[in-house]
Amino acid sequence: MQAQFCDFCQKILLSLINLSVIENGHFLAGANQIQNAQYMQIIQQILFILLAGAASFLFIRKVREIRRNINLGKNKSINDNPSARWKNVLLLAFGQKKMFKKMTPAVLHFFVYAGFVIINIEMLEIILDGILGTHRLFAPFLGSFYNILIGCFEILAALVLIACVVFLIRRNILKIKRLNMGELNGWPKTDANLILATEIVLMSLLLILNSVDTELQALHAHHYTVTGQFWISGMIAPLFNGLNETTLIAIERSAWWLHIIGVLAFLNYLPYSKHLHIVLAFPNAYYASLEPAGEINNMKSVQNEVLYMMQPELAPAATEGDPTTPHRFGAKDVMDLSWKNLMDAYSCTECGRCTDACPANITGKILSPRKIMMDTRDRLEAVGKNIDANKTFVDDGKTLIHDYISVEELRACTTCNACVEACPVSISPLDIIVELRRYLVMEESNSPQEWNMMFSNIENNMAPWKFSPDERDKWAEEMA
Amino acid sequence: MHIKSMAEYTAEGAAPEVLFWVGCAGSFDQRAQKITKAFATILDKVGVKFAILGKEEMCTGDPARRSGNEFLFQMMAYNNIQVLNGYEIKKIVTACPHCFNVFKNEYPALGGNYEVIHHTTYLQSLINDGRVVLKEGGAFKGKKITYHDSCYLGRANGVYEAPRAVLEALDVELIEMKRCKTNGLCCGAGGAQMFKEDEPGKTRINLERSEEALNTGASVIAANCPFCTTMLMDGVKNKEQEDHVQVLDIAEMVLQSLA
Repeated sequence: MQAQFCDFCQKILLSLINLSVIENGHFLAGANQIQNAQYMQIIQQILFILLAGAASFLFIRKVREIRRNINLGKNKSINDNPSARWKNVLLLAFGQKKMFKKMTPAVLHFFVYAGFVIINIEMLEIILDGILGTHRLFAPFLGSFYNILIGCFEILAALVLIACVVFLIRRNILKIKRLNMGELNGWPKTDANLILATEIVLMSLLLILNSVDTELQALHAHHYTVTGQFWISGMIAPLFNGLNETTLIAIERSAWWLHIIGVLAFLNYLPYSKHLHIVLAFPNAYYASLEPAGEINNMKSVQNEVLYMMQPELAPAATEGDPTTPHRFGAKDVMDLSWKNLMDAYSCTECGRCTDACPANITGKILSPRKIMMDTRDRLEAVGKNIDANKTFVDDGKTLIHDYISVEELRACTTCNACVEACPVSISPLDIIVELRRYLVMEESNSPQEWNMMFSNIENNMAPWKFSPDERDKWAEEMA
Repeated sequence: MHIKSMAEYTAEGAAPEVLFWVGCAGSFDQRAQKITKAFATILDKVGVKFAILGKEEMCTGDPARRSGNEFLFQMMAYNNIQVLNGYEIKKIVTACPHCFNVFKNEYPALGGNYEVIHHTTYLQSLINDGRVVLKEGGAFKGKKITYHDSCYLGRANGVYEAPRAVLEALDVELIEMKRCKTNGLCCGAGGAQMFKEDEPGKTRINLERSEEALNTGASVIAANCPFCTTMLMDGVKNKEQEDHVQVLDIAEMVLQSLA
């Protein structure tokens, strides 16, 4: 076994030496050359498997971390009415229904989305080729349908490329308002541009790859399955006319490797980026609220407290540390929010449709529903890192409220649901705002003087204004 | 006209067709009282047997809950549900979308289950049933009118068509604002904002919305909510357009057009 392994290593070593010989332009005997190519192939396969393995390992580790972070949120059972939920997944996530409220970005985004989903079928072939050392594994099985398939992928790749260029222009040259607001300064803007640039590079590589492949096929290069031209790359192929086989192979291999390295790197970049929406948009649509938007979730603990106050006979015997009593009313920090609120934060792609529709933001208040989501994610990431470092969360003197989201922002909300309606991926910034307001009012007694007056009027006069309850039906008397 | 209370109905051993939940704005606010009176007049004229709770009615707790004061909301909800269930109320109509939303979506979890109808929907069904008959060539026939979707009737509860159907029955020329229906812009009063000043900003929300409504060139801004009505009237006054442009609740428009 050991001897075999040594022999194998020796061959690889030899092939590496031979490779440098080939690169130096020396021609070896035909048989030797083919053997060397085979060794080269084995090295590439091993490298590919190691790379893909490492990328998957790192990705899964990060996904687990995000899963843990989301589960730091309060438990909330969301699994009623699965048929309505699947319908939302189909309409909102797959069908991108809400995106189509803004036509131009919707169409462009649809190209990128369709490209991403469909071109991933080709990724299957690329990965299998990488592992098995084959080239265009599916071509012989699919015959002429293979060309149609790759042709479609190429058209999508070209559309993705064009869409991403337009998106870059919208962000950086046209400076569309919602894509250039204060909360995006710094990392969020870089993040957005990085994503677009990476997609442009990946799509270009894919097209270059196929173009060079076409040229290599024309030269009857060994290993390059003959498929004939593809729709788009066939038009680019003449650019590579006249290059010799060695150069073409070098370009093809570089493009292939850069593409797959790019894809694996992008996969690992996702969980650190706003681009994570491409994954979470789907579960987020499934877990979207099915209740009418106007309903604010009931606080059972407060309901019971009022009930026992009014009807003491119903109150259970007082027990020490009653588990039904919450340790806090409303939300002070991310752990007080529900897991859905936290998944919302990770699903947000910072498109700003919410902020664009927010009446407070439109009229110049500092409230921005998008910032509420970004702050929630930032805080959750900080809490996650804190747990990683200390095994359990150690108070860092910071909270979501005050340190990330200010009272002034929370005060400006009219609960109009425009942000909830606008969000293409079923996020509710309003849910978080209401929970934070509950904490402010019930735990900190922090409310403006006018609201305190309103509260006392409701308590004493049964109306938010200071009118005598006896005058409630005065209007009716006036009609008599 | 004598408007009977639930207490009176009960004393007579009778039950009304529907309870008219007036709400705090409709009861106390001078502008909103006109809407209340208009709606009560319509009900009376077409012979709907309705009752009010009178002095037994209390704030639903909407502004308390939305500002974060859940205790106060639960107190109000408890008391209201006690009264309503005590009278065995089944059907409620209200001219306030905030009250409507609380009854429809939030009281059921607390033991208050009622069929609740917003007054614009109720008016639409009265028109459809032929109980409300409108004048040929009524007061608003052919007039340019724009309609403001309140957040709590529109986005919160998806009622967009009933009020528009009533306007259509009034034969108006409806000019929609760019931000309408699901994209409607708030008047600035919801979420307990009615009871405090706007946070610092470049303008007030009601001014932004009123300007949009005025830009349609409509002579009437139709509303379905007492708070929106107040906010939009303030906005129209601020632009010194109150002599040319009226802000009216749909009930007031129907009353003016009754045959």
